[in-house]
This record gives sequence, C-alpha cells and structure tokens, in this order.
Amino acid sequence: MADTFIPIASRPSPVKVTGFVPWVQGNLFADWRSSLTTLFVIGLVLYVLPGFANWAIFNSVVRADADACQAARGVGACWGVVTEKYRLILFGRYPYEDHWRPLLATSIMVGGLVLSCMRYFWKPWLVIMWFGVLAVFFTLMGGGVFGLEPVRTDLWGGLPLTVMLATLSIFLAFPIAIMVALGRRSNLPAIRSVCIVYIELIRGVPLISVLFMASFMFPLFMPQGMPIDVLVRVVVGITLFAAAYMAEIIRGGLQALPKGQLEAADTLGLSYWQTQRKIVLPQALAMTVPTMMGNFISIFKDTSLVFIVSLYELVGAMSLALNSDVNWRPFKIEAYLFITLVYFIFCISMSRYSLWVEKQLSVSKAR
Amino acid sequence: MSQETIIKFDKVNKWYGDDFHVLRDIDLDVAKGERIVVCGPSGSGKSTLIRCINRLEEHQQGHLTVDGIELTDDVKAIDKVRKNVGMVFQQFNLFPHLSVLENLTLSPMWVGKMPKKEAEERAMQQLERVRIAEQAAKFPLQLSGGQQQRVAIARALCLTPKIMLFDEPTSALDPEMIKEVLDVIVELADQGITMICVTHEMGFAKAVADRVIFMDQGQIVEQNTPEAFFNNPQNERSKDFLSKILGH
Repeated sequence: MADTFIPIASRPSPVKVTGFVPWVQGNLFADWRSSLTTLFVIGLVLYVLPGFANWAIFNSVVRADADACQAARGVGACWGVVTEKYRLILFGRYPYEDHWRPLLATSIMVGGLVLSCMRYFWKPWLVIMWFGVLAVFFTLMGGGVFGLEPVRTDLWGGLPLTVMLATLSIFLAFPIAIMVALGRRSNLPAIRSVCIVYIELIRGVPLISVLFMASFMFPLFMPQGMPIDVLVRVVVGITLFAAAYMAEIIRGGLQALPKGQLEAADTLGLSYWQTQRKIVLPQALAMTVPTMMGNFISIFKDTSLVFIVSLYELVGAMSLALNSDVNWRPFKIEAYLFITLVYFIFCISMSRYSLWVEKQLSVSKAR
Repeated sequence: MSQETIIKFDKVNKWYGDDFHVLRDIDLDVAKGERIVVCGPSGSGKSTLIRCINRLEEHQQGHLTVDGIELTDDVKAIDKVRKNVGMVFQQFNLFPHLSVLENLTLSPMWVGKMPKKEAEERAMQQLERVRIAEQAAKFPLQLSGGQQQRVAIARALCLTPKIMLFDEPTSALDPEMIKEVLDVIVELADQGITMICVTHEMGFAKAVADRVIFMDQGQIVEQNTPEAFFNNPQNERSKDFLSKILGH
C-alpha cells in the first residue's frame, strides 16, 4: 500500500525584524563594516549640523531689516530677504497691487494638477475641466476683461510662469511624443524618416538654443505684422524639445512589449489604431512611468532657462528682485535656498506621485 | 466529413532573409471540419506553415487560399480571413493589462461592433465551455499556465471562427496542466470546427487527428492517418523521428 500524503502545516518564520532595537541591530550594526559606516555618518552629521543650525536658525535674522542682516553676515542667515522680497520672487514683475491675480491663478492650476492626479477624477470631464482651468488662468493673468487691468505677457513672472510653462508643455508634448514614437516605428519610410530627423535634431541641441531660435528666429519666418506672443513661442519651443525626449522614452516602452502581444491583436482582427490604443500604449506607457516622471521633473526645472528670452520665472524673478536692490543684493544665498525649497516641494511631490502610480499599475496587473 | 476544401496551399514557398528557405513547395488541402496535427523536429517550418494561414507570416511564392479568399498583400482580404481564423499561441499571449473577461470581449466589441452586454454574455459562454467562468474578473497573470491557455482558447472562440490554429499549445505548460488544456481541445474537435494543431503530444494526435502531417526541413515529408503514421511510417525520416520521441 502506498504512503498517504500528510501535509505539514505552515509555520511563521522564526526570524522577526520588528521593534526598534532589532531594526537598529539588523540594519545599522549588522557587522563591523556596517557599524563603522554608521559611526562615520553619525560623526559627519554631528560635525556639520551644529554649524549649519547656528547659521540657519539660531543666529539668523528673520525680520526684513537690512542693517540687522548686514550685521549678522557670516554668522547667521538673513531670512529677512525672503520676508522682504517673497512677493517679488514669487510673482516677478507682475504689477504689485494685482498680485492676488497670479496667486489665485496659480492656486487654481496647482489645484487642477492635484485633482488630475487622483484616480477618482480620471473621467472624461477632466479634459473639459482643464480647458476651464486654462481659460481662468489666462484670463486672470492677462486681464482686459471683467474690469481686470490688462497685463502684458512679458510682465508675467515667477511661480505662475514656471507652473504654467511646465504644465502646458508637458500636456502638449505628451500626445506629440506618442505620435512621434509610433511614427518612428512606422512601416512607411517617409513618416519614419521625418520622426527620426525631428528627434535627432532636437536632441542634438541644448534647450537654451531651441528657446533662442523659437524666440528670435521664428518671427523672421513669419509674415510681417503677425507678431506671435513671446509666451506662445516659448511654450512651443519647450513643447517641441520635451516631446523629442518623451518620444524616445515611449519608444523604449514600445520596444519592451513582447511581439506576441501584437500577433495576438492581429489574429483578433484589431486595426492598427485599435491595437495601439487598446493593447500597445496602455502597456508601453505603464512601463515608462518612472522614466517619464523623471522627464517631467526635469522639464519643470528646465523652464528656468526662459530667462534667455527675457521671461522671468522663479529663478529669474529672484535675480531680478535682488539685483535691483542694493540693500538686499548680498543675500542671494538665502534667496536661492528659498526657491530651492519651492522647487523641491514640487519635484518631491511629482516623484512620490510617480511611485504611487507604479504601485497602482502593479496592483491592477497582478492582484 | 464533407470534402469541401477550406484551406489550400499550392506550391507555397517562403524564405526568411535571403537564403533560409523555410517552406519548400508546400501542397496541402485541408477539408472543412478536418482535424490535422502537424509534427516534426524544431526548425522544420511547422509554426511558419500555420502562421501563413492567418498571414502572421507572408509567403513569397505560390498560392494560399483560405475559405475562398486568396492571401495577398490586400489588407482587406487579410482582415476577412482573420475574422474566420482563431489562433492559440504557445506563450498564450493574453493581454496582461485587461481582465479575463475584457480579453474576450475586446475583439467582438471593437472589431465586431457588438454591444457590451452581448459580448460579455458570449464571452461567459465560451469561458464556461473551457470551464473557467469563475475566473472572469481576474487578470491573466493571476492564473496558472493551464488556465491562461484555456482563456486564450476561449478568446479565439469568441470570434466564432471556422478554423482554429494551435501553435504548440501545451509546450509552455507544466506537465500537470497539459491534460486540462488538451481535454478542452479534444472537446472542440468533436464540434466540427476545422483544426490545425502543431504539437508533440502524440497521444493527443492519435485521439483526435484525422490526419498527421510530418514536416522536416521545410517540406511535408509524410502525411497519413494517425494509425498508419504511428504504426507504419513510410519515410525513413519519419521513422527516425518517431523512434526518438516515442522511444523513451
């Protein structure tokens, strides 16, 4: 007679890493190398931290008092420069008494971005909402209606400009990038060549020269008396630039897709566009989320290059605000740290969001 | 079995690149409702042969007619043929980002313009046919290999094809799962659908095939009924092949 199969009941693992002390032991002081590294890092922090804390906190001047700041130079930070100039840094040359308009416009746009990030709002009307958000943004910023004073676009600056340029460029570049990426893999040689030339041309030059060309050379080709707003030219420049890079990221995702997926779609009779929309892009784009978000972050930061065409976004506005004032000019470090913080808040949010999206995608796939 | 021909290969030749002659002077008539098993060593052109039938591969010489439509570069003709030909792959090729049910309703809804409700009803019928209806809401990667392959069979059946092509449907499966997939195919075989199956499962071939085709080096070397082929192979190449795969 054959033996009967007797299953052994599953038991929990005896090794448990919970609680503070076991964690510290396991992770920081596991062996002599790990302990040495831990001690070294602690030492480094203890060496640097007190000096920085003294400078940044204990000896710092928070009041907008240029004389006190001057006295504290070298020993304490002058946060007074931020207290004094934050409105100019955040809103640039925009008319001072109308600062509520860029504030409101930026808040609405950032609010729209936050809503768009939530799965609950991924509905068709989100697109319509964005047309509304953009309309409100440009109306508030530009004025000229509803009794709002008109404000020329070259006076727009600071954070609203940074957020608007990044948002608009990313949204416009994304569909272009998808088309170019698909085009680069097209069977039609003409389309393929156009896409390759476009990608390689754009990737062969720095953004700063694309902006320069968009701003100064583009108008030369346009008919006389048809001026195009500098803002439009800059958005077009950044969009074309960003799209080339995104297209290559998307192409990476397209290439990673197993050939069998396309064959299955073929045998099911799906047309080219149905296959792209239903099978290829959902999977290819999901694969590119981490790289794509990295690209978004660098576009957000690259918008600072628009100073080349005399637009003053966050960095530009800060330089402008300080350079024009002899009293505060020496305290650029503090002002830079301030905008660093602003950039950091935006970028870390994007980066955390990207992780969340990745998690969502893997959940829907395998759970 | 009626004698109406549904697939006709007439001196079909195909090359990969310039000098790899993968299909050589293939002549083959498949009757409606016939069940054919194609076997042979790897690289003999078996998969290429059946992949020509729905134009996943194109032949370069000769004529290939499927259900009265000759396969050429004409895209519309290809679409028409594909509507009548279901295919099951070795690697399943399910869409991992869509649920089992969505995998099945995709083509009926988007190609066949069928209302969602009807497509789902039909999909559930097919899932019941392959005995996996309870998994409809899951995603493919949550299923075992055997279950995935049965979903793939159900997906192909949702096209209500006249012809089913199986390209080594059990080769990527764990031994324990081969039977559940073969059982489903055997059941299909009893329902009058034309089937061509590339496989090394000789027991399966004996059980369901009307005809076994043995290929080597891009040629059809021998074709016969399963009894005759297995018990009394004519060609020395087939004898050698059979002694290798049945010898252990």
